[in-house]
Amino acid sequence: MANEWLFIGVFLVLAPIFPILAILIPRLIAPRKPNPLKNQTYECGIETVGDTWIQFRVQYYIFALVFLIFDVEAVFLFPWAAALKQLPLFAVLEGVLFIMILVVGLVYAWRKGALEWV
Amino acid sequence: MGDPITMIARWLESQLLGLGLSPVLVTLILAVLGVILIASFVLVMDIFLVWVERKVVARFQDRLGPNRLGPFGLIQPIADVIKLLIKEDITPAGADKFVYNLAPIIALATVLLLWAVIPLAPDLVGSDINVGVLYIVAIGALATLGVIMAGWASNNKYALLGAFRTVAQMVSYEVPMVIALLVPVLLAGSMGLNAIVEAQTPVWFVVVAPVAALLVLLTGIAELGRAPFDLSEAESEIVAGFHIEYTGMKFGLFYAGELLHALTIGALVSTLFLGGWRGPGVEAIPILGVGYFLIKAFFLYWVIMWVKYSMPRIRIDHMLNFNWKFLTPLSLVLLMVTAILDKLLENGPYWVYVTGMLLANLVIIWAVLQLLRSRARVERVRVAEPRPVAAPPGSPASTTTL
Amino acid sequence: MTGIQLVFIVVAVMTLGAALMAVLTSNMVHAALWLILALFGVAIIFVLLNAGFLAVVQVVIYIGAISIIMIFAIMLTRRLITDIGTQTSSSWPWAALIAVALFGGLAWMLSTWGGFNTTPQLLSPRSDQVVELGQALVSPNAFVIPFEVASVLLLAALIGAIFIAWDRK
Repeated sequence: MANEWLFIGVFLVLAPIFPILAILIPRLIAPRKPNPLKNQTYECGIETVGDTWIQFRVQYYIFALVFLIFDVEAVFLFPWAAALKQLPLFAVLEGVLFIMILVVGLVYAWRKGALEWV
Repeated sequence: MGDPITMIARWLESQLLGLGLSPVLVTLILAVLGVILIASFVLVMDIFLVWVERKVVARFQDRLGPNRLGPFGLIQPIADVIKLLIKEDITPAGADKFVYNLAPIIALATVLLLWAVIPLAPDLVGSDINVGVLYIVAIGALATLGVIMAGWASNNKYALLGAFRTVAQMVSYEVPMVIALLVPVLLAGSMGLNAIVEAQTPVWFVVVAPVAALLVLLTGIAELGRAPFDLSEAESEIVAGFHIEYTGMKFGLFYAGELLHALTIGALVSTLFLGGWRGPGVEAIPILGVGYFLIKAFFLYWVIMWVKYSMPRIRIDHMLNFNWKFLTPLSLVLLMVTAILDKLLENGPYWVYVTGMLLANLVIIWAVLQLLRSRARVERVRVAEPRPVAAPPGSPASTTTL
Repeated sequence: MTGIQLVFIVVAVMTLGAALMAVLTSNMVHAALWLILALFGVAIIFVLLNAGFLAVVQVVIYIGAISIIMIFAIMLTRRLITDIGTQTSSSWPWAALIAVALFGGLAWMLSTWGGFNTTPQLLSPRSDQVVELGQALVSPNAFVIPFEVASVLLLAALIGAIFIAWDRK
């Protein structure tokens, strides 16, 4: 395994240490006097009523879905882009075809109104 | 001739090997030291960034900014950190304790992880993996997770709403960003960041692909959730969004993480498009590369701040329309045009290549401006139509008759 | 035991433990977070096999997109965020028997494979691995047809998902 990934692995283990320290230090030196009034959830100064939930609209889901499709497309295009310097013009056109097929999908989503936020 | 840090690393390595430790352990120790070095460097810059931010916003707003603590107010960020550390840590009732505490850790740790692959000087890079650009996209994706965790664990309607909106925005703007990031990969023929910097001779990629640079910068600002794209954490709109319920140092971690992320986006754009550590005399004195890199990164950070303090906030539906109906098709068209032109012009003389690509980018910008102008004309006509307006009965504008 | 084997054992235990917690926990959002940890473990295993590109792709697609979709889908069904009642069914001995039999069968089948007792051939860590993958994806006698079919598949997925999920009122 190359040393490069070892560095990232070590970074992954050590990087959370500073934020954890930043959270633990206040535990030592900051006052801790919880009372029910302070621990209430914040709602611009008024009391909260009912459970914590919001009307989850399906728009969020649609955006995440379209993002997933284009993300997978971009991931396919990364090796293509990296290898393009060594490939003939035909390879460029294949990639363009790949992108155009997905542009059709984007146009479909647009015309269906799935990209609106109403 | 190498730079001081690499020479110290080689010397240390030979010393430790001479002591008889196994090579794997030596590599591990050097990696730990390298991580500590990079993390400390980045965190010190983070503290400095708080000062820079406050001074620059003050000058944009024609006032002085902090100037009482230390010369030019330089001690101010340290005082801020001390203040945040001694503030009481209030956990809201009903919050999911583990996830609530994990979210700020993820928010800062993901930004720190980005610095592992950014090349600071010709051979001073934490980790020169050959998939650097995609690694950066991956860590950005982890950051969106931190936002959802913060919003959900706070047991607060506004936090949840803010978190969903922020994630919808971040996730939407990742699409044109990833596609625009394909352009320097294409031009350099590799996904590794050091290889991209080394491929930027004799001109930087910003000359060959200015639209891509602009796209990455713009979508980077939107990914950060910074103004003008900060609807989800604006105080007057949704009371700080997903980090409402965070007090003291946990909020400090979110805030510092956001500033550091902004500098990281600046560092990224400077690496991919402005030549990173390239500058006059770098081949002879490699340590100068760090200086050039920092100048470019801070210049872009200043541009990001300039945009923040000059423009009003954009509404969420305008934001998402702008992304899906304008930036995504633009980035796809840009990628296709760049790929085709790069292949057609690559065998000719170099100046033909550069002018050809630059011209293509300028044509794209001109076409886009024409398109926007015609849309603006349509919009102006639509808005100028007379609309019913509330007026007291009896006045000329009223439509009710008494 | 080499360093890589040690790391692999730690990561494998973490992945399996996270996957187990994902099905045992009663809070669905916690289950999604345990699943994210399991997927991250798989990404680390890819790194151990020297497939760096696949590791970052795993993080980008699975953790960056699919996990977010799953969390959104969980939150669309608000009332089921906390399951009530026991999480285990009463016929769990039968399920355990079938699982052990399956595991034994697979282990026996794999033990007759030559690569079971030898350390795997790591992919050589050349830095042009991604370039070779790119060349393979578009060369006519390699994977160009699956490459283009993949885009058609993605188009079908996009159209299908919007058709099902989007309800134009």
